[in-house]
Amino acid sequence: MKRLPMTLVAGALLTAVFAVAALVSLAWTPHAVEGMNIATRLQPPGADHWFGTDHFGRDILSMIMVGARTSIAVAVIAVGMGMVLGVPLGLLAAANRGGLIDEVIMRGNDLVFAFPALVIAILITAVFGPSAVNAIIAIGIFNTPVFARVTRGGALSLWTLDYIRAARVAGKGAGRISIEHILPNIANLLIVQGTIQFSLGILAEAALSYVGLGAQPPTPSWGRMLAEAQTMIAMAPHLAIIPGLAIVLTVLGLNLMGDGLRDILDPKLRRAR
Amino acid sequence: MLRFALQRLTSLTISLIVASMVIFFVIEVIPGDPAAYMLGMNAQPETVAALRRDLGLDQGLFVRYLAWVGGMVTGDFGTSYTYRVPVSELIMARLGVSLPLTVYALVLSTLIAFPVGLIAAARRGSALDAGIMGGTQLGIALPNFWFAMLLVLFFSITLQWFSAGGFPGWDAGFWINIQALTLPAVALALPQASILARVMRSAVIETLGQDYIRTARAKGLTSRQTVVRHALRNALIPVLTIIGLQFSFLLAGGIIIENVFFLPGLGRLIFQAITQRDLIVVESVVMILVFAVILVTFLVDLTYAAADPRLRRRA
Amino acid sequence: MSLISVENLSLDIYGTPILRDVSFDIAQGKVFGLVGESGSGKSMTSLALMKLLPDGARRSGRAVIDGRDLFALDEAAMCAIRGNQIGMIFQEPMTALNPVQTIGDQVAETLVVHGVAKRAEALAIAREKLDRVGLDGARFPLDRYPHELSGGQRQRVCIAMAVALRPRLLIADEPTTALDVTTQAQILDLLRGLVEEEGMSLLMITHDLAVVSGLADHVAVMQEGRIVEQGPTEELFRTRAHDYTQRLFAASAHRPAREPTVTDEILLTVEDARRSYALPRRSLFGTAPKLEAVRGVSFTLRKGESLGLVGESGCGKSTLTRAILGLEDLQGGSIRLFDREPVKPGMANALRAGLQVVFQDPYGSFNPRWKVSRLVAEPFHLMPHPPADARDRVNDALVEVGLRPDDADKYIHEFSGGQRQRIAIARALINRPDLIVLDEAVSALDVRVRAQILDLLARLQETHGLGYLFISHDLHVVRAITDRVMVMKAGEIVETGETEAVFANPQHPYTRQLIAATPTIPAQWQMQEHA
Repeated sequence: MKRLPMTLVAGALLTAVFAVAALVSLAWTPHAVEGMNIATRLQPPGADHWFGTDHFGRDILSMIMVGARTSIAVAVIAVGMGMVLGVPLGLLAAANRGGLIDEVIMRGNDLVFAFPALVIAILITAVFGPSAVNAIIAIGIFNTPVFARVTRGGALSLWTLDYIRAARVAGKGAGRISIEHILPNIANLLIVQGTIQFSLGILAEAALSYVGLGAQPPTPSWGRMLAEAQTMIAMAPHLAIIPGLAIVLTVLGLNLMGDGLRDILDPKLRRAR
Repeated sequence: MLRFALQRLTSLTISLIVASMVIFFVIEVIPGDPAAYMLGMNAQPETVAALRRDLGLDQGLFVRYLAWVGGMVTGDFGTSYTYRVPVSELIMARLGVSLPLTVYALVLSTLIAFPVGLIAAARRGSALDAGIMGGTQLGIALPNFWFAMLLVLFFSITLQWFSAGGFPGWDAGFWINIQALTLPAVALALPQASILARVMRSAVIETLGQDYIRTARAKGLTSRQTVVRHALRNALIPVLTIIGLQFSFLLAGGIIIENVFFLPGLGRLIFQAITQRDLIVVESVVMILVFAVILVTFLVDLTYAAADPRLRRRA
Repeated sequence: MSLISVENLSLDIYGTPILRDVSFDIAQGKVFGLVGESGSGKSMTSLALMKLLPDGARRSGRAVIDGRDLFALDEAAMCAIRGNQIGMIFQEPMTALNPVQTIGDQVAETLVVHGVAKRAEALAIAREKLDRVGLDGARFPLDRYPHELSGGQRQRVCIAMAVALRPRLLIADEPTTALDVTTQAQILDLLRGLVEEEGMSLLMITHDLAVVSGLADHVAVMQEGRIVEQGPTEELFRTRAHDYTQRLFAASAHRPAREPTVTDEILLTVEDARRSYALPRRSLFGTAPKLEAVRGVSFTLRKGESLGLVGESGCGKSTLTRAILGLEDLQGGSIRLFDREPVKPGMANALRAGLQVVFQDPYGSFNPRWKVSRLVAEPFHLMPHPPADARDRVNDALVEVGLRPDDADKYIHEFSGGQRQRIAIARALINRPDLIVLDEAVSALDVRVRAQILDLLARLQETHGLGYLFISHDLHVVRAITDRVMVMKAGEIVETGETEAVFANPQHPYTRQLIAATPTIPAQWQMQEHA
């Protein structure tokens, strides 16, 4: 059995901490996150409230746990959306490489790339109002061309290989070849890209919630916690520091995991030693 | 080269046209009646009718689209419903903050990333390389607006080296404004520099594995000469792409970070416009942002062709 | 007088032994040939001399030039020697030049880094050197970029770079392997001329016995990191004292015993096939120029016949092959199997079943995620229903190509290049097709493996009555395995005939040129004990 890379282990552990926190929060949190308790407001980290309380007296640890749920849900659904839309588009473009369909898909890709996720969120919010669902849609749209491009790139290099030509000589059409030969051989690429987009999605959700375009009260969200902490940063810095650390550690964990996965999944990048 | 530029220019124009159609569709078609939407539920029917006339909503969709695009080409973005001033004036004033901030951050990011990435590549496998890679890993994970808050906490509140925010305006002098933009630019640049440094490192390492590097060594070049004369320029080609992409991240990031530093940029304008349902302003600012991204992509393509002779003569 | 002596060179890379006790002398002004199969360590020997070994290399021994041991020199001293005392050229000219620098600058750089000349003067010398290697100033000004040149032209630039300072030793590592035969002949002539004029020594590394036989004064044969035999070329080639040398020799001259039973039944008919591609437009508004890849090709192939198609890269044989496989449309003419519907993309599966293919690259020919059983069975897709005895037929096919039935449960990475080519043949056979297209099917294999695969192909043809369309750039191979041969040039078949007749008495000037350019071991050297 080959040794797993350190980055993969560390990343997976870090990610697991937040995933577990999010799952546990479905059933239990140390304190209730709804409702105010003025008596316990703005407490620093201590024995009862490990991470302290905010200006409404809510327990920060509990809010971090529930916020993890929001972040992970938004990012996972947005990555799923990007994959479901982007991968078939990429496969289709590669199967018609050089043709009109390829051209249209790639130009469409470029067009979406011209709209940063924030701008998509602004457009959607301006018309439909802010919500977590809009954040998901904005990030999902942003992810689509990323997956389309990665899929197409990976697929194009495979289409030149002789085993694809052999499959064509065996009478297989482009659709069947894409599913039987191409997709399994680019799965590694997609998994690695998926973890990268997952971590970008966490960052994007936080940013959108921070400017008020994402999750709305009373849904706890790391980004909104930071927005609320901002005015009180001088007197209660822990309100800003803790949710930020939660974001950094989650993203770090996902990125390390992505690097580790690439090391074991992509033999080209595997070190010679 | 000219042919290549013309070709890129055509695709730039097409991108702009399609983008403007998308924006127009989302803002002016999806809401149904933009006038009623902007005024909210309690508006008097007469007020709505008046706004409809002002906005030209009684005309056909196509005519309205052409009028909007035609206006923009001549610098007329319409009149803001809430501010009652031409949108172009609003945007010009705000661009004076957002654009310098983006460019400042882009320059910082590049200046940090190039040497760092190059050193890591040159010393790959060493402790220094491992340290740099670890540091960039952390940098990538930083949300820039949170990093900005930490900078404020440390440099403005604790050390009091910088003001915690605000922007004096360019009339007040150059350096004082640069100082006001420094913390925001650093907050924006560091995470992007981390990405760019990693790209730079892997591009240089990949280039160093190419056959022509071995040829250069066989000619008697030292490994340092090989990097400087052969690896750098070839490694620059993938790095350029990322710099182009970073522009749009920095522009969007700047819009978010303005909130931390109370900067009167496009971000403040657009978020206020969203809450006030001033669709005219939203539409125009979004178009400007998208225009900037498309324009930078075009410029990157041209630089690309200048760096890579293979692109110049064909296609 | 010896210019360089290598003594007891041994090399390990990350603990894996690569070279063991390699010793040889290269005489002043002479050509020293180092031959061996892939993995024998011949390239590593040359990189060791240049001290350009990969990470993790540990080396022992000595390499003495002018009384100095290269291996004892530090990196700075070595940089002064590379390009100046010892020049080197490599196998792959397409990637050996920096794509973003002009050829003039790259040649001039050799002079500049060694402090021999400033840039302006260096460019003037670069011009002379490029002229010397056959790239005249009118067609190849100094400001050309590598991508504007063909492979052979790029190799000339590499040679100009390597000899710009008139080094005493030039190392050429498979310098013509990636080139067409006529280009190869020109490059070999150029190297021969440089050795004579400049009085330099040449270390010629190649897998091709015929190439060294015509070029080298001395030859060393390498196997698994050791030199098994060395001596003056003619003597070594005539005596073949070592068993390995004998086997290499036998394999490279190998011709499978064939008793073809060619019938009169016409299997494949190609009639006036045409195909052109639009090239990028030169001006903004002009019409796009066309590349006429295939210009009116007609031929027939009979059942049980082996028909060769030879030509150099760019002659249109790949396009023609794709059309015959039904992977690409023709723009004119037709291709038919027997007298059925025309072969084209989207043709009926039943029609396709008559046709199979074996490709060149044993590594790219198989989906790495499938087991051999599924890989070999893939053409069953062409049948209305997969046969009930599919697994038995896969096993039979594997046995037929010399593998074992339990190989079916392995993945492709568990097999060597030669075994993979056998699996590719099994896949081509599984549907019992009438025609197998062999597209450079043995070109990537070492000579001994190639000989075995050729035997296998010859046997299968007899037992199954197969028709072969054998496409290759290698005239030796085509001569060994085909009944008739076609020579293709610039999209047209310029000569067709019985293989022996064409080789013995070529009619078209291009055929003659091809045959003359193909390196051969002098026939009288081979007289004794022909295996």
